[in-house]
Amino acid sequence: MEDVRQLIVRRAVKEIKDGMNVNLGIGMPTLIANEIPADFHVMLQSENGLLGIGPFPVEGEEDPDLINAGKETITEVPGSSFFDSAESFAMIRGGHIDLAILGGMEVSETGDLANWMIPGKMVKGMGGAMDLVSGAKRVVVIMEHVNKHGESKVKKSCDLPLTGQGVVHRLITDLAVFDFTPDGMVLIETHPGVSVDKVKESTEASFRVSSDLISQ
Amino acid sequence: MADKIMDSFADAVADIKDGATLIVGGFGLCGIPEKLIFALRDSGVKDLTIVSNNCGVDDWGLGILLANRQIKKMISSYVGENKIFEQQFLSGELEVDLVPQGTLAERIRAGGAGIPGFYTATGVGTAIAEGKEVKMFNGKPYILEEGIVGDFALVKAWKADEYGNLVYRKTARNFNPLVATAGKVTIAEVEEIVKQGELSPDQIHTPGIYVQRLLQGQDYEKRIERRTVRKAN
Repeated sequence: MEDVRQLIVRRAVKEIKDGMNVNLGIGMPTLIANEIPADFHVMLQSENGLLGIGPFPVEGEEDPDLINAGKETITEVPGSSFFDSAESFAMIRGGHIDLAILGGMEVSETGDLANWMIPGKMVKGMGGAMDLVSGAKRVVVIMEHVNKHGESKVKKSCDLPLTGQGVVHRLITDLAVFDFTPDGMVLIETHPGVSVDKVKESTEASFRVSSDLISQ
Repeated sequence: MADKIMDSFADAVADIKDGATLIVGGFGLCGIPEKLIFALRDSGVKDLTIVSNNCGVDDWGLGILLANRQIKKMISSYVGENKIFEQQFLSGELEVDLVPQGTLAERIRAGGAGIPGFYTATGVGTAIAEGKEVKMFNGKPYILEEGIVGDFALVKAWKADEYGNLVYRKTARNFNPLVATAGKVTIAEVEEIVKQGELSPDQIHTPGIYVQRLLQGQDYEKRIERRTVRKAN
């Protein structure tokens, strides 16, 4: 299990380019922060009001006034800024965040994302996810390709309530990488040891295989 | 100049009546008006509608008012940290209106700025858009969201001067500056009140015009919801 997440995280970090302002979602996306090359100048945004998230504090230096969107104690990097929640989402809604990387429950072949509620279970709320997927310049979703029953999470259409409609630019799973284009969903990469047939078997959505497919 | 400074938190909330709508600052347990929440618990006021990003945890923050059955409705973006919340929601005791976080922030900001509504792409094509006006701008759909104004706004800041100019600290700022603008009466609690002129006018986050009542709290507990640390090198 840990290996699957590591695989996804290592691929996802390649989405981050030097100089970007990036929002990483709660959970697996948070792990990407540790993999960003040390010589990159990247500002990580926390939607509760910080641009420039630093590492966790050392024990004894936790500050209750300094947390991330997952409510964890953090630090700030040199050059960071604090702001209020309206400013934070103006930044997001206004298209100033270069890249948002979020976890997913389901992604459809038209780039719909469902990641905030399961009917019948306690609904906790969408937090900032709906704002992020409709506002960030680029939205990358990372998730495992199939659920624990072996069913595809990459679907023709989402069964779960949507977080956003046609909002996903790229999907990275433990099997492959897909892009969402005006002409539909395209397989652009397979991970080492994964055949195109294996991806097809594991995917409910219809997709086309890129002529420039990268397979390792 | 009317004196805004009050000594008693009980007096500061005494005219908050049953059924009032309160807009409350904070994100998780960070930057919440902890003393005003205690005062509301002690006043016993009921049937409150509370607009706040979260609803505390079972025994802290707004969770205290929930456990005491003083809240009728919550308007929030994320409420997952609270077992009592789940129980009251599932039993139908508690109404919940879930709003995307950025839309919630902007609705409060708009309310305080005299803007009755605005269009946003957030939530288009989702359950959030149901029943809302859709308007096309440059070929893209946006939904109409309405501004929020509260009977009272409860704010926590780091420092104030005697006029009620407020300064927040780090991410404890969060919703507080917008909340401060959106109450018919805004009550601010702070860790320290300094003399007028001691705060730099360039550094004020909330101009005192928005603040009607000002209190200095003692011994802030500032609970941490998720203490995360790394090993020292």
